[in-house]
Amino acid sequence: MVSEKDVAYVAELAHLELTEAESARMLRDLNSILGYIERLNALDTSGVEPMAQVSTRYAQSAEPGEAFAYAMRPDELVPCLPHDEAMRNAPKTDRTFFKVPKVIER
Amino acid sequence: MEIDQLTVDATRTAIAEKQFTAAALVDAFYDKIRRDDADVGAYLTLSEDRAYMQAARIDELAGRGDALPPLAGVPIAVKDVISTKGVRTTAGSKLLDNYNPPYDATVVERLENAGAIILGKTNCDEFAMGSSNENSGFHPVRNPRNHERVPGGSSGGSAAVIAAGTAVASLGTDTGGSIRQPASFCGVVGLMPTYGRVSRYGLIAFASSLDKIGPFGKTVKDTALVLEVMAGRDRMDSTSADVPVPTYSHFVGQPLTGLKIGVPGEYFGEGLDAEVRAAVEGGIQKLAEAGCEIVPISLRHTPYAIPTYYLVATAEASSNLARFDGVRYGVRAKDVKTLAEMYRRTRDEGFGAEVKRRIMLGTYALSAGYYDAYYLKAQRVRTLIARDYDDAFAKVDAIVTPTTPTPAFCLGEKADDPLAMYLADIFTVTASLAGIPGLSVPCGKSSEGLPIGLQVLGKHFDEAMVLRVGHVAEHALAGK
Repeated sequence: MVSEKDVAYVAELAHLELTEAESARMLRDLNSILGYIERLNALDTSGVEPMAQVSTRYAQSAEPGEAFAYAMRPDELVPCLPHDEAMRNAPKTDRTFFKVPKVIER
Repeated sequence: MEIDQLTVDATRTAIAEKQFTAAALVDAFYDKIRRDDADVGAYLTLSEDRAYMQAARIDELAGRGDALPPLAGVPIAVKDVISTKGVRTTAGSKLLDNYNPPYDATVVERLENAGAIILGKTNCDEFAMGSSNENSGFHPVRNPRNHERVPGGSSGGSAAVIAAGTAVASLGTDTGGSIRQPASFCGVVGLMPTYGRVSRYGLIAFASSLDKIGPFGKTVKDTALVLEVMAGRDRMDSTSADVPVPTYSHFVGQPLTGLKIGVPGEYFGEGLDAEVRAAVEGGIQKLAEAGCEIVPISLRHTPYAIPTYYLVATAEASSNLARFDGVRYGVRAKDVKTLAEMYRRTRDEGFGAEVKRRIMLGTYALSAGYYDAYYLKAQRVRTLIARDYDDAFAKVDAIVTPTTPTPAFCLGEKADDPLAMYLADIFTVTASLAGIPGLSVPCGKSSEGLPIGLQVLGKHFDEAMVLRVGHVAEHALAGK
C-alpha cells in the first residue's frame, strides 16, 4: 500500500507539484492500480531473464551491441541542427544559452 | 469530386489521368475538414502551406507526364506526437502548445518523398497515454460512426479522419494498442508494424521499448502501400532494424490455402462481448473457408499482460517525460523564483491528470526498494509473454483474435476509473510487449451499428503474412 508520504516523496522525485485534491486522488488511483499489479506475484519468475528490448527476441544470435542496425558507428562529425534553430523553441534565451531562474536556493 | 471513398491507388491514378489536380484535391479535403471536423475534433493543426506546396510539386510532375511516385497526391494526416518541421506539434499536451519542431520525423520525410501530401496533425491522448482520446489536453475526439462514443486511443484522431473521410490515410503510434484499438472502434484498418520496422526519429517518445509508428487506411492494401515507403533502417534511429523491406502490397491478395491460423482460447473467455465474439468467430469461419487450417492455441500468460505493460510503459514514460522541464521548449510557468519551482510548476500546469498518474506510477516502480519488485518483475514476465508467442508461432503462421473486448464505449464512461480504462487494452498489449506486428480490420457491426475489429498477429517482421490474412478477412466480411 502506498501512503500519503510515499505520494509526496514520489512527486518530489518526479518534479511534480500536486495539489491536496490531486494527492488524494493519486493515492487512491495508485493503490487501485498497484493492487491489480499484485497478480504478477502469482508467477514464479526465478531463472527467467528480464526482457529490456524487443531486439533480444529476434536477434538472439547477434553479438552484443549488434542487435540494432546502427548501435555502433564510427565517431565522425556530421552536420547537426544549427544553434539558432535549436534555441528557437526555448521560452527564454540570451541567444547563446538557455536562461533559467536561480539554480541555488538560499 | 467524390473524395469519401478514395483509396491510395485511386488517388494516384486519378491524378496521373488528370481527372483532378492535386491542388484541387487538397481544396476538396480542406473544404470537407472545415465542414465536418468541427463535430469530430480529429484535427489539431492544419498544415495548409506545406500541403499546397507539395500539391504543386505533384501537379508539376503530372503536368509533364512524368512517372508519379507511389503515394503521389495522397492526402495524409499525421498524429501530433510525430514531428513536422515548422508545423505545430503538441503531442496533445498543453505543455507543447507552442512547439514548432526544427526538423521532420523520418516517416514524414519518407512519405513526402513518396509524394504524399500532409494535410495536418491529428488529436490524440496527451503523449499518447490513453485509450479513448479523452486525455487530449485540447478536446476529445468523437467517433465519426456515433458521436456519443469515443474513437478509441491514443491515436483517436488518426482513426477518426479515415472513418470521417477527412484524409485518405494517416499515421498513428501504437505502444499498447493505440493504433489497433481506435481502428477497431472506428471501423477502419490499422497496422502496428514490428518493433524496429519503422524509424522513430522525430517521434515524441512515450515508452521507448514499446513505441511504434504505423498507418491507418480504409483498406488493408492502403496500409501496405504506406508501410512499404516508410519502413526500413534509418541512421537517425539506432533502434531501427537492418532488415530488408518487402513490397508489402504484393502480398495483399495472395491466397491463404494451407496456412495455419492460431486461435488463442484466452481471448474468447469472460469479459468478451457476445456480439464481438460472434463477429470474430464469423471471421475465423471465413478464413477456414478460404483454405486455412484453424488451430486452437494457448497464450497462457495473457492475464498478466496488463500489469506488466503498465509497469514497463510507465517506468519508461517517467524517464522520457523528464525532458519536459520548461527549459528548451514548451510553455514555461510564469512568475517562478527558482529552478526547482520552475520545473514543478511547469509540469504541474502543463501535464494532464493521466500523464501525472503514469509519471507517478513509473517513478514509484523505479524508485529505490521497489525496482526489483515491480520493474524487474515486469521485465521477467514480459519474457514469458514473448515466449508464449514463440511457442505459438512454432505451430501457426498467424494468430487471429478480437481487437477489443467490446465495441466503442461512451464518452465519459471510463474517464474516472483509470484501471477500467487500462483493461480496454487487454487484447492488444501482449503483442506490444512481444514486439510482433498486429493489424485490426473491420469485422462487422454490433446491433447498435458500432464497428467490431478482428486482430491478426504475426511473427517479427512478418507484416506480409499479417496483411495477407487481413486482406482476405476484410473481403470475406465486406458484405456483412
